[in-house]
Amino acid sequence: MIRPDAPVLLEIRDLHARVEAKEILKGVNLTIRAGEVHAVMGRNGSGKSTLSKVLAGHPAYTVTGGTVHYRGENLLELDPEQRARIGVFLGFQYPVEIPGVSNLEFLRVATNARRAQKGEEELDTFAFEDLVRDRLKVVQMDPAFLDRSVNEGFSGGEKKRNEILQMALLDPLVAILDETDSGLDIDALRIVAGGVNQLATPDNATLLITHYQRLLDAITPDYVHVMAAGRILRTGGKELALELEERGYDWVDQELAALAGEVA
Amino acid sequence: MSNAQAVGDLVSQPYKYGFVTDIETEKIAKGLSEDVVRLISSKKDEPSFLLDFRLRAYRQWLQMEEPDWARLGYPPIDYQDIIYYAAPKQQDKKASLDEVDPKLLETFDKLGIPLSEQKRLSNVAVDAVFDSVSIATTYKEKLAEHGVIFCSISEAVKEHPELIERYLGTVVPTQDNYFAALNSAVFSDGSFVFIPKGVECPMELSTYFRINSGDTGQFERTLIVAEEGASVSYLEGCTAPMFDTNQLHAAVVELVALDDASIKYSTVQNWYAGDENGVGGIYNFVTKRGQCRGDRSKISWTQVETGSSITWKYPSCVLQGADSVGEFYSVALTNNCQQADTGTKMIHVGPRSRSTIVSKGISAGRSANSYRGLVQIGPKAVGAKNYSQCDSMLIGDQAAANTYPYIRSQQPQAAVEHEASTCRISEDQLFYLQSRGIGFEEAVSMMVSGFCRDVFNQLPMEFAAEADKLLALKLEGSVG
Repeated sequence: MIRPDAPVLLEIRDLHARVEAKEILKGVNLTIRAGEVHAVMGRNGSGKSTLSKVLAGHPAYTVTGGTVHYRGENLLELDPEQRARIGVFLGFQYPVEIPGVSNLEFLRVATNARRAQKGEEELDTFAFEDLVRDRLKVVQMDPAFLDRSVNEGFSGGEKKRNEILQMALLDPLVAILDETDSGLDIDALRIVAGGVNQLATPDNATLLITHYQRLLDAITPDYVHVMAAGRILRTGGKELALELEERGYDWVDQELAALAGEVA
Repeated sequence: MSNAQAVGDLVSQPYKYGFVTDIETEKIAKGLSEDVVRLISSKKDEPSFLLDFRLRAYRQWLQMEEPDWARLGYPPIDYQDIIYYAAPKQQDKKASLDEVDPKLLETFDKLGIPLSEQKRLSNVAVDAVFDSVSIATTYKEKLAEHGVIFCSISEAVKEHPELIERYLGTVVPTQDNYFAALNSAVFSDGSFVFIPKGVECPMELSTYFRINSGDTGQFERTLIVAEEGASVSYLEGCTAPMFDTNQLHAAVVELVALDDASIKYSTVQNWYAGDENGVGGIYNFVTKRGQCRGDRSKISWTQVETGSSITWKYPSCVLQGADSVGEFYSVALTNNCQQADTGTKMIHVGPRSRSTIVSKGISAGRSANSYRGLVQIGPKAVGAKNYSQCDSMLIGDQAAANTYPYIRSQQPQAAVEHEASTCRISEDQLFYLQSRGIGFEEAVSMMVSGFCRDVFNQLPMEFAAEADKLLALKLEGSVG
């Protein structure tokens, strides 16, 4: 939902970042307002996953230039846990397994960390169980998953549902979903996308990172951005995704080459 | 600073129990000789069978050599430079707690083990041992109503000499090993537990060992006997002040379980570990063994080893009875320059005897953590079964973890399974937890306690939370 007067949640300006010695982001600009759904598309290696990790504060990535503001606050100064607590959520492409740590306990500690930040009271085990059982419905997840270790032995689809469950509990204002559709079959994709749609409100925003149109058939974006060589090359409406689907990414290369020519 | 370094730093936490109690102590002169053995025995006013036991052990010890097969390195111990007996003055056995030196009560208060009537732990009876002597035992009368004997071993020697004579040294003979022989010669105090036939001990029993003197060895001796159908759960805890010298702790624990009896023995060991450069700390050389003498008897060891500069300890089960069960659950955390060589022995003698071993080693800093275990199946142990699982977690890149499993089977119809794994807390796991709002320290401690969960679940409820806290404490500290 595009409302020009909606408050800006995330403002990325000329963002540069590298991993080890390799520069990956080379000047990303992006403004996300409340109520909007954005999709960033692009080939492997275009920098889309790096963008998501940098926004969440992964220690392996170093920001070398530019700014990111979240509701006016300098996001880049904050630790990953602080970013999560104030409402920035990253749904992982490959959620890691954490043996021995109970999923239920993990979800409770995470939820309470976010609630404390919002000035809400901490939930004890019983109150939390009620909440989590309710939220499980968003992703049609079996309560049995709560008793297992975090993501341990989960199938690809179950891991992604667990990510959306976390999103449902943490109630973020900006949710960045990194290739949430990868590895999902049609049914799982429908459930995960349904969850994301249910969680969208006029007050929050979603940034989808994806290769494929099929996720965007299920979650309609307000904006589609095409990323290449560490920058957003083009921005359009949902029809841009359809164009990509039809023409492939080859024209992106041509545009890139033309751009390089102009610069030269 | 990299995350790996930061994780390493987390593990450094000042030792909370490092204070010294200023109390007048009666000590004998340094050194060990036959006269010293006789002196200890006479100070304790012991019957002749016990003096003979000590002298036999001493003479055997003289013939033995200190073992060097463990993966431990330390300078030679000068056995003549140790005091073998130290006791707080006013050590005449107190009739009631009111007569115990308030300084001692205060010390145990500070350690979180209140002994006084009003404050003591409900449903846990405590025997408090300070240097060489037991200073108080709570709930003795209540236990006596059930026929349960719980007292210091010195007291048991006086009150129940027949039981001591019948059982002492029958599980760990005097000549069993170098440190057991030494202990048998000079042991000072410890706990004695006797659960008569058919009695389920109505409360948790616990002994708290406190070393206070800087130049004294601690040699405690614990003996637990559960008669037919009896059961008991027992826990020991230990701390010591910070000294820049090393203190020797060589204990012996013997457990006897008759038909259908069950003994659960848990340890939370937090002796002073030395400083970050490995100066000071306790040398912990301990022999613990349980004998499942009766059919269908069960002995279960659970240990959480976080302290000591050196740990040499292999709580074992001799599974003599048919269908007897042995268990060993262990968490060993080493940091800085700590060295631990610990594990278990499961000796299957009886048919269909079963054993389970779950060992979790966590190594941080420059420490070395070894699991060493023996599973032996004798020719008569038809249908015996063992399952072993040994997991190691490395924190930082300078710590070492080793696993030495020995399996010997003389019984073709036995099943022995061994699983082992090594893991490291990965940056991606930490980031995952952090990206959900969980702070760095809490994330590390969640993963470590998750790693240890199978073992913590075995601890008596009252202590499971404490063990979790202790580990978290060891992992707490400033980040960055």
